[in-house]
Amino acid sequence: MTDIRIRFDGISKWYGSLCVVDNLDLDIAKGQFVSLLGPSGSGKTTLLMMLAGFEAPTKGKVLVDGEPVNHLPTYRRDMGVVFQSYALFPHMSVGENIAFPLQMRGIGKAEIGERVARALDMVQLSAMRDRRPSQLSGGQQQRVALARALVFEPRVVLMDEPLGALDKQLREQMQLDIRALHNRLGLTIVFVTHDQSEALTMSDRIAVLNKGKIEQIGTPREIYDEPRTRFVAEFIGETNLAEGTVESVTGAQARIALKRGGHVIAGLSEAVAPGQDVLLSIRPERIELKDGAAAIENSIAARVADCVYQGDHLRVQLDGSAHDFVVRLDRKSREWQPGTEVVAEFKPADCRVIAP
Amino acid sequence: MKRPSRRNAGALALVLPLFFFIALFFIWPLVTMMSQAVSDTAVLHILPQTASVMTNWDRKSPPTPEMKAAIAADLKAATDTQAVGDMVRRLNSAQSGFRTLMAKTISAVQSSETPPDLAAVDPRWEKPVFWLAISDALSPTTDRNLLAALDLSRDASGKIVALPADASANRVIMLRTFLIAAMVTLACAAIGFPYAMLVATMDGWKRNLLLAAVLLPLWTSLLVRTAAWFILLQEKGLINDALQALHLTSGPVPLIFNRAGVVIAMTHVLLPFMVLPVYSVLVSIPKNLMPAAASLGANPVRAFLRVLLPLSFRGLASGALLVFMSAIGYYITPALIGGPSDQMISSVIAFYATGSANWGMAGALGLILLVVTIALYAVYGRLSAEDTRRA
Repeated sequence: MTDIRIRFDGISKWYGSLCVVDNLDLDIAKGQFVSLLGPSGSGKTTLLMMLAGFEAPTKGKVLVDGEPVNHLPTYRRDMGVVFQSYALFPHMSVGENIAFPLQMRGIGKAEIGERVARALDMVQLSAMRDRRPSQLSGGQQQRVALARALVFEPRVVLMDEPLGALDKQLREQMQLDIRALHNRLGLTIVFVTHDQSEALTMSDRIAVLNKGKIEQIGTPREIYDEPRTRFVAEFIGETNLAEGTVESVTGAQARIALKRGGHVIAGLSEAVAPGQDVLLSIRPERIELKDGAAAIENSIAARVADCVYQGDHLRVQLDGSAHDFVVRLDRKSREWQPGTEVVAEFKPADCRVIAP
Repeated sequence: MKRPSRRNAGALALVLPLFFFIALFFIWPLVTMMSQAVSDTAVLHILPQTASVMTNWDRKSPPTPEMKAAIAADLKAATDTQAVGDMVRRLNSAQSGFRTLMAKTISAVQSSETPPDLAAVDPRWEKPVFWLAISDALSPTTDRNLLAALDLSRDASGKIVALPADASANRVIMLRTFLIAAMVTLACAAIGFPYAMLVATMDGWKRNLLLAAVLLPLWTSLLVRTAAWFILLQEKGLINDALQALHLTSGPVPLIFNRAGVVIAMTHVLLPFMVLPVYSVLVSIPKNLMPAAASLGANPVRAFLRVLLPLSFRGLASGALLVFMSAIGYYITPALIGGPSDQMISSVIAFYATGSANWGMAGALGLILLVVTIALYAVYGRLSAEDTRRA
């Protein structure tokens, strides 16, 4: 991370006695697609608003390209913002909306025409140039907002849940479109969302926020496979949690005694000491079910409580003896009858130790 | 089918009192007043026989004996002295000399048993000019008052010409009325628009308080408010005392009995009509458009000019028309706070109606005021209709 575009340096934001962002540090490299992911009230939108200049931090500095921008007004920050409700100007045509940021920068008429045409082409809306925003569908309006935020080639593009108002199919299409634009134009994008699958699909890096703090930051794979906290494990995807105590540590692995009986070997992201109480996280699709003898180290005997066919996968609910684990099996797997005695198996690498 | 029609009849019966009220106390006086402006029956009422004889006259040749006989008979038959007086005034205003001529003729006609020779009573009866004046005055309708209201009149040949500059001041007063109304409208826009913006950004009790502050004038009597401004603006009033106490001025600033005072007081009274339509448009504008404009590189002034102002233009136009329409009809405020050169068209109407009993002129000026207001109202109606179509 040599080329840092944005740096949040010890940022705090208080609304009266309510702390929304709590002494937060975050670096975003040039050309990266970073998602701020978190539930509502986690401070992710406030963080974006402080970056755009709509809000001022109570404490700390926001730096863009090494320069503090705390006192720079929004209109001089050179950041394209895509709002959740698009915020298109209703009294201007699509073309005029996109020309607006160029006119504000005093660019000549001929060049504006050219760049607007190119931007419209980029979002495949060239035919809509003279329409009013109200005559477009939600997805089209979203693309106009995108073109308007990109046409002046801003240093950073900020997106505040831009796909929230679209239906599922359109949303998934737009996710791929934005991803493709990011790759093609090398944009630096900060994307705020509460939808974990959206963050996983689009981002280079995800910062998971909770109560004004960053719980974990990393690539989608790191966040999903190696959650560090219970919050991250539960917020991203589905997971099985089990309580236990560390018995011994060998390199990057630890032997854990489960509270409900049995032992497992688990992979470590952080150092733990023997005797420490920990929480284990095992993703449902990393568990296999066998009937009969155990083949690998980590195996727990259990009984099937329910088995549901869900089209692309089978979902098996185990009963209390196996910590109420949920198992996600390939759709081609055999059906398990409720009441069947089974052994649930998983690799040590798929069993993560997180702080309780 | 029966039940809906009965229900309709019931609903109709409920609005019937309102309908009667409007017809009796609004439409009927209005029509009467307006018809005064164009009706002209004072002469026809006294000289019915002359009127029927004169239809054959070619307006050029000397008067025929039949005409003279008819007018002598008419004058003998006339007994209502007030109506005769009206007729004489009407004829004299068209052709000077009629007052003495008629006085002479009436006494001659009344004193002799047989109709006298009018030419012998006064040689002026031989002149076609006097008969022309009678002929013109016999028509039951006239555009005299309307033309006079616009400082115009008809010359001897019937062409419309402008009155000499010193003869009447209606046009000056009408222009002054529009000028004062325009100044008040501008002042209301200059104060009301930022105020409405402020109200729109507030919420909860602050918004209610600000709205109540601007609505308060609407709940107080116009006379009371004007009197209050009288107290505030006068030479030893609150404002001048404060200015002098702060040593901002050495002597009292003339704020009353002049244009400034009238505009200040009228702006205060009419401000709600500007604030409310602008406010209602402003709150309907999405909150994120101004941040969006800023993020796209527009500084606050350009964002206001390019985004907020165009989007709230309808509200501003509606407010401006409402204020202007109300302002051109103002009477009490200019009468109490203005000087003689600040009197508006309503004062002139009041003068003609109550001061000189010239209902024709009062009606004509009122008609012109009404036409201007209706024209502006049509524009306003179109603006607000487009508004609802958009929403």
